[in-house]
Amino acid sequence: MNDSMNTDWELFEVFLRAKNGLNHKHVGSVHAADTTMAIGVARDLYTRRNEGESIWVIASKDITASDPDNSDALFEPAKDKIYRHPTFYEITKEVKNM
Amino acid sequence: MYTTDLRTAREKASDEAKAAKKKVVDDPALLKAFQARIDNDEVIEAKDLMPEAYRATLTRQISQHAHSEIVGMLPEGNWIGRAPTLRRKLILLAKVQDEAGHGLYLYSAAETLGTSRAEMVDQLLYGSAKYSTIFNYPTINWADIGAIGWLVDGAAITNQIPLQRCSYGPYARAMVRVCKEESFHQRQGYELITVMARGSAEQQAMAQDALDRWWWPSLMMFGPHDSDSIHGHQSAKWKIKRFSNDELRQRFIDATVSQAEAIGLRIPDPELKWNEKTEHYDIGPIDWEEFWAVVKGFGPCNRERLEARRRAHEEGAWVREAAAAYARKQSERQAAE
Ligand SMILES: [Fe+2]
Ligand SMILES: [Fe+2]
Repeated sequence: MNDSMNTDWELFEVFLRAKNGLNHKHVGSVHAADTTMAIGVARDLYTRRNEGESIWVIASKDITASDPDNSDALFEPAKDKIYRHPTFYEITKEVKNM
Repeated sequence: MYTTDLRTAREKASDEAKAAKKKVVDDPALLKAFQARIDNDEVIEAKDLMPEAYRATLTRQISQHAHSEIVGMLPEGNWIGRAPTLRRKLILLAKVQDEAGHGLYLYSAAETLGTSRAEMVDQLLYGSAKYSTIFNYPTINWADIGAIGWLVDGAAITNQIPLQRCSYGPYARAMVRVCKEESFHQRQGYELITVMARGSAEQQAMAQDALDRWWWPSLMMFGPHDSDSIHGHQSAKWKIKRFSNDELRQRFIDATVSQAEAIGLRIPDPELKWNEKTEHYDIGPIDWEEFWAVVKGFGPCNRERLEARRRAHEEGAWVREAAAAYARKQSERQAAE
């Protein structure tokens, strides 16, 4: 191995708002020495074709994610509560729209 | 292709022996449950349980794909300073910048599997990582820039479109971005070579010369024939690879022949013939000896390409160090306030 074995800059997750009125959406990640640089790299990497009007970056290590192993415990309970959806309810035919 | 397994038989055997030694042998129950998820067309995400062999295959494929995008900037970069017009220069700059972006999307996707970017870059520069054979050919006349966009990006697109539905989510998403950007690459190349093919006799000769030199290496990008590639099967089962090397190569040939005809260029294959029965073009034999020689490092530019990458990496070291030192100082200052 060569002596240039290097370490990476910190990893940041990048979120873009395509235009005002929309949410910021995760688009990928970049390595950068700090947040200012992360914004600059994200701009070069993810907005070369007008994909965004606003960028958020956050150090990946600062994100807390749910554990896929707990998915059932977390999300299963919502699955059988069909009465939370409007289609569960029958409305008399005389009423056309509701 | 950027993504075909370019390890030699000996490298494959050594990887397998290493895996066996480290006891990363997957539990059959896990393999079965995982296969069931794949068969059910579920998308696998970074934190999901996955067989180590799936992780290793994808890490190798995605990092090799990333390396190909990065090394792939070199043959075209060779002409940025010599582009004949400002329009062509802007286009070429934008294209090469896109390729850098593709490399970065792909490194990010590979990192989600647990290998650091530094390690992957090191494997390219000082280890045994591979990249597509196509980038070990020189760009010796301006029409080569057209041929690369038309043929090399064209072949890459053929390969990358089905990868948008690959079972591994981060890879598939990176491919969606890449494919969106690729179509301009192919069109600008075809436009360039069209202009030359319709130009002066000298320009026409350059266009034909470029096609003559890039045709066969482009077909080799898809990798060995299905009958000779042992590793395709498992990747197909895991829905990493949805079409075989030969299927993708055929798709590319069928699409490209008429594009050459349309601009009066001749495909350099005397055996090329439309087959009424199969409704595909038949081609003459591919020189696999040349392919494996390039894989093993004996292509016209292998050494030059790696040297250029190493030089860029080493000469940029002080910039990376300075940026890291600056960031450290800033955060210390902030902590003190
Ligand atoms: Fe690319
Ligand atoms: Fe491209």
